Amino acid sequence: MAAVQDAVDIRNVTKRYGSFTALDGVSLGIADNEFFTLLGPSGCGKTTLLRMIAGFEEITQGEIRLFGDPIAGRDPNHRPVNTVFQHYALFPHMTVRDNVAFGLKMKGMDAASRRARAERMLEMVHLSAFADRMPAQLSGGQQQRVALARALAPEPRVLLLDEPLSALDLKLRQAMRVELKQLQEETGITFIFVTHDQEEALTMSDRIAVMSAGQVQQIGTAREIYEAPVNRFVADFIGETNLIEVEVTRVDGDRAEVVLPGGHRLTCPSASRTGGRHALSIRPERMSVVAEAGADMLAVVERVVYLGTDLQLMVRLEGGAEFHVRLQNSARIAVPEPGARIGLRIEDGAARLLAD
Amino acid sequence: MAGPGTSGGGGGGGWRPLLVPLLMPTWLTIGIFLVLPVALMAVYSFLTKEFRGGVIWDFTLAAYDQFFVDRGLFGDEPPAIEWTYIAIFWRSIWQAGLATLFCLLVGFPTAWFIATRPASQRGVWLFLITIPYWVNLLIRTVSLKFLIRDNGPLNEGLMALGVLDAPVTLVNTNLAVQLGLFYSYLPFMVLPIYAAVERYNFALSEAAADLYASRWVTLREIVIPVVKPGIVAGCILVFVPSLGAFLAPDLLGGAKTFMIGSLIEEQFKGSLGNWPFGAAASMILMTLVLCALMVYARSASQAAGQGAAR
Ligand SMILES: Nc1ncnc2c1ncn2[C@@H]1O[C@H](COP(=O)(O)OP(=O)(O)OP(=O)(O)O)[C@@H](O)[C@H]1O
Ligand SMILES: [Mg+2]
Repeated sequence: MAAVQDAVDIRNVTKRYGSFTALDGVSLGIADNEFFTLLGPSGCGKTTLLRMIAGFEEITQGEIRLFGDPIAGRDPNHRPVNTVFQHYALFPHMTVRDNVAFGLKMKGMDAASRRARAERMLEMVHLSAFADRMPAQLSGGQQQRVALARALAPEPRVLLLDEPLSALDLKLRQAMRVELKQLQEETGITFIFVTHDQEEALTMSDRIAVMSAGQVQQIGTAREIYEAPVNRFVADFIGETNLIEVEVTRVDGDRAEVVLPGGHRLTCPSASRTGGRHALSIRPERMSVVAEAGADMLAVVERVVYLGTDLQLMVRLEGGAEFHVRLQNSARIAVPEPGARIGLRIEDGAARLLAD
Repeated sequence: MAGPGTSGGGGGGGWRPLLVPLLMPTWLTIGIFLVLPVALMAVYSFLTKEFRGGVIWDFTLAAYDQFFVDRGLFGDEPPAIEWTYIAIFWRSIWQAGLATLFCLLVGFPTAWFIATRPASQRGVWLFLITIPYWVNLLIRTVSLKFLIRDNGPLNEGLMALGVLDAPVTLVNTNLAVQLGLFYSYLPFMVLPIYAAVERYNFALSEAAADLYASRWVTLREIVIPVVKPGIVAGCILVFVPSLGAFLAPDLLGGAKTFMIGSLIEEQFKGSLGNWPFGAAASMILMTLVLCALMVYARSASQAAGQGAAR
């Protein structure tokens, strides 16, 4: 691993608009051929970071390198990077084919070759039949694919995608996720994908950077981020979780012993190195309902919500905290009634102590 | 009335009977202010002139004959092409075209500048552009003449600064007429282009830069084609009135810069006029302009339909 060069190397980058800090000391290494996702809530600086890589925004402090080259001061048209814009930005006065061929024309490819390549790109995104249409005559999903073909046609080394699926309906979005991932694998181009949709991020990415308020909170694979969130923000933002305040009694490397509501002690993985009170994250689907005798925690059922494949129990723990439990719906389980007292068991490794 | 028999289409409301009354104002406006005057001109151009102005209701082609055919001073020579008026037309088209070009060269960057200011400042800039137009065109043209005449502030100022030794004569030159036309019609160029640039999606320029286009190529291949409707509207709005303008040529130019507008104006002024001839010249001018616009519209719609050929 040591000598492999990162495709994009972002070193301690800060961006300020006047007195407002949009990005605060962001450092990221994105490997070649990687499908890398920037995930975070609206306004956290995802677009800003992408625009700095593309060259539309000046870097206030820090450095960005593309394949080892510092790119500060290089105009967007001199960077081996193409962008799929959030609202596509297709050229309205050109046909689909001319849109796709535009980058090739600018790179000086002759008319016959660029036509052939444009056809090939359109085939790849299943739009061959639409080559002669104008962008306004396409549906949102089709425009999205034209934007993709247009950005991929000049064979960039890095493709930037700014929430390219956000304007599509759910069905199409799901289909496009698969297509995008396949396309990335086929072309071997590094994708940097921006989204605020965690499901999108989890299903497509090799690695994800979770961002909040201009800072990177955690970088890791979908699994790492979901199962081993480092702090409250990540645990809360990715998927559904229960956060309960617990007392830490012992810290031992990356494990800690905590006191659960009700007094039971539990040893669990920990992102925190200090004692005192911390948040414990427990995913609702990693719990089971058991007899009171063998339980980690006791609770009273308040509501049962039927979700089809799942059942959601809203319960109140001893000590008053609200808690969610998700059970897979099967004929074998006995559904507790509201008001019933139940025992809850936490699966091994399912609880995780967070740093703040 | 809206029963099962109502023909399909929209939501089937009862608006259909209201169509005629609602469209009435439009038809009346177009009829009274557009069709009627033009029709009147068309008819007048085929009548016989009355010597103290006005017309005699005798149908004749005399006006058009006078425009196109030369039969000598006393009308007894063999007919030849009359070049006098064609030359005036040609000169006017040339002058108006040049004025349009200047307005475009200055108007486009101006419109661009205004449209790219923060939204809160644009109103102020537009206001500044329109302020001079609160003053009557005649007054403005006279003021311009005052400014640029031999012993006017411009020449005197430049001489006082030592830039000039002797005054430069501007009045009664083509340049002065150009200046007058430019000054009169510049906002008609700026405003439609401004409207187009304001709607322009700057993400398109970013997309072009992202796809390796330089600034210049982006301007040529993306910006100008996309804002072209505004440019065309501006050019039409400047060219057409410039072609028929008579104040600037009359006041700032001399006999050598005589334009169609002045020619037509003279025909309707005082007892020396010739109404049918003025009407005929107007009709010829209008036909020319309409033909040019139609040719343009044709080529524009053809170009839109064949983008793929490039
Ligand atoms: N030109 C600008 N001037 C001032 N502030 C800006 C500018 N551009 C962005 N910001 C601010 O920087 C922050 C980050 O913006 P950015 O567009 O990167 O967010 P984002 O993560 O892409 O959000 P979204 O998911 O809504 O697109 C926001 O708070 C935004 O208000
Ligand atoms: Mg964004």
